[in-house]
Amino acid sequence: MRSLKKDVAEKIKNADKPVKASAKKRTESKMTASKRRGTGISWLYLSPSLAGVLLFFVLPFFVVVFYSLVDNPINMEFVFFENFVRVFKNAAFQQAAGNTLKFSLVAVPLAVILSLLLAMMLEYKIPLKSQFRTFFLSPMMVPIASVVLIWQVLFHYNGLSNEILGLFGVAKIDFLKSSYAQVVIIILFLWKNLGYNMILFMAALSSIPKDLLEVAVLESAKPFQIFWYIKLRYLSSTILFVTIMSLINSFKVFREIYLLTGNYPYDTIYMMQHFMNNAFGQLDYQRLSAAAIMMSAVMVVLIGILFLAENHFGKDVEG
Amino acid sequence: MKQQSNNAYKKKKRKQARGLVKICMITVIAAFFAVLFLMPIVLTITNSFMSASEISANYGQVFATTDTGGKTFIAERVNLKFIPDMVSFSQYLTVLLKSPDYLFKFWNSVILVVPIVVFQLLVASGAAYGFTRYRGRLKEIIFFIYIILMLMPYQVTLVPNYLVSDWLSILDTRWAIWLPGIFSPFAVYLLAKYMRRIPVSVMEAAQIDGAGEWQIFKNICMPLCKGAICSIAILIFIDYWNMVEQPLILLSDEEMHPLSVFLSKINEGEVGLAFAVATIYMVPPILIFLYGEDYLVEGITYQGGIKG
Repeated sequence: MRSLKKDVAEKIKNADKPVKASAKKRTESKMTASKRRGTGISWLYLSPSLAGVLLFFVLPFFVVVFYSLVDNPINMEFVFFENFVRVFKNAAFQQAAGNTLKFSLVAVPLAVILSLLLAMMLEYKIPLKSQFRTFFLSPMMVPIASVVLIWQVLFHYNGLSNEILGLFGVAKIDFLKSSYAQVVIIILFLWKNLGYNMILFMAALSSIPKDLLEVAVLESAKPFQIFWYIKLRYLSSTILFVTIMSLINSFKVFREIYLLTGNYPYDTIYMMQHFMNNAFGQLDYQRLSAAAIMMSAVMVVLIGILFLAENHFGKDVEG
Repeated sequence: MKQQSNNAYKKKKRKQARGLVKICMITVIAAFFAVLFLMPIVLTITNSFMSASEISANYGQVFATTDTGGKTFIAERVNLKFIPDMVSFSQYLTVLLKSPDYLFKFWNSVILVVPIVVFQLLVASGAAYGFTRYRGRLKEIIFFIYIILMLMPYQVTLVPNYLVSDWLSILDTRWAIWLPGIFSPFAVYLLAKYMRRIPVSVMEAAQIDGAGEWQIFKNICMPLCKGAICSIAILIFIDYWNMVEQPLILLSDEEMHPLSVFLSKINEGEVGLAFAVATIYMVPPILIFLYGEDYLVEGITYQGGIKG
């Protein structure tokens, strides 16, 4: 049994295209009775998850679509896009959507670029390399609620960052109650997410074929050229993934804002989730549904664009 | 001839020196970042060992809303201190003995998170196996739907979750958090991705030897996925240990809120306590991190390459 496991582990390592081909052949061959039975059983394994996902995510989503199109859950008269227009014209929604968009537009590129830099730094043979990895990753593990106190101390009107800025003659800033609030949140976001992105980039960097880089060095390519023409190409699918994950995480930044400032934050950090929370508070199903559908549409479009962009830039590289 | 080799040697030496300078610079930059990354965590821990009076002397300005001018001295400015004047465990003692509220909320966190981790993995193991065996077009479509669901932010998924919880009248009970968590597609996606890398021939060989689906699942797939399951368990745990959105919307009873929400609602007088509680709340994920960092890294790496 043990040797079998070893054998299997070995095979997993070597598994790639040949297996895919054999899988294809398998499905092409005619279905025998035992296979039909196996298929049935495999659906049985799938069924608990499928039932749960249908019940908690998919079916109610159709209800959400329905709710977004009627005037209220009791009357149920179709009003088509009236709810969407109403939400779209809502000042709070505009502010929340605008802030969220602005935040994501700044924070996501920063999160991608800085984490790539961190990963490239750890590519060099520096001492304490694995310790550095641990340090960069540790904020990911720490619950936001635990560090919120220190964050308040750091960014308070009388806090440390103002002291440091004061050394350079900068006037005191009330970070969390001014337009600088978004800067604080971006810093907190980067602090929390850079490590995760860095790990993804480290894995991708180490999978770039070494001989290719060696050839480039022999051909006396400059480091910048190696980065631009070789590494970036191989990283493109990882960049896509990191961007998507950072985007999703940027929508989760409500946690940080809520824990730092409560339900009623300064105007510039009033996010989509705040808007949704208020709508939940009022049980305004129409508004909730319309906002959720708009948000999901935006997500689908954004992810679609990212996939297309990746296809365009990374098509000449395999893997 | 000798001259030439000498020159080459010098060149090599110079190149080496330049490399060394570069390494030094990068190390310094990395160290700078490391300090920035670690500072909030270390400060929280060290501050938890300060006595109540030390805390209020240092941070009175931050957390006091009014000037009380009572017995405790409130500093003019905020002193950020790395090391307490006197290490004191008084905060921890108070948390453990005198204010059960925090411990109760800690227990809330445990009871919300642990069942989600365990049962999400159980459900996902079966589902991943289902997605791996006898793949067909329908399954691929369903898998794609799982990926889309996984990518949706809370702002979208919480609305359907809320509606269902309302219909099943489990709103304001722990089930409203447990059930959507257990059926979350996240673990299914990751585990299926891993399981699909097991060569079909291995399972077919077992089948020819007379193994049933259950035996293949139990004796081949699960043992091979042990590492992946550990990685995913860690990822699920940190995500839910940090939850804020779900309890705020699905649990209106604040008594049931986990510590991740409750910690932000400290009173002025309890800042010192809050540091101790914050540190206690960090302990489980940090322990998991220290023992399972490699699993975590592996898990994150598997997450990459969403198209695969």
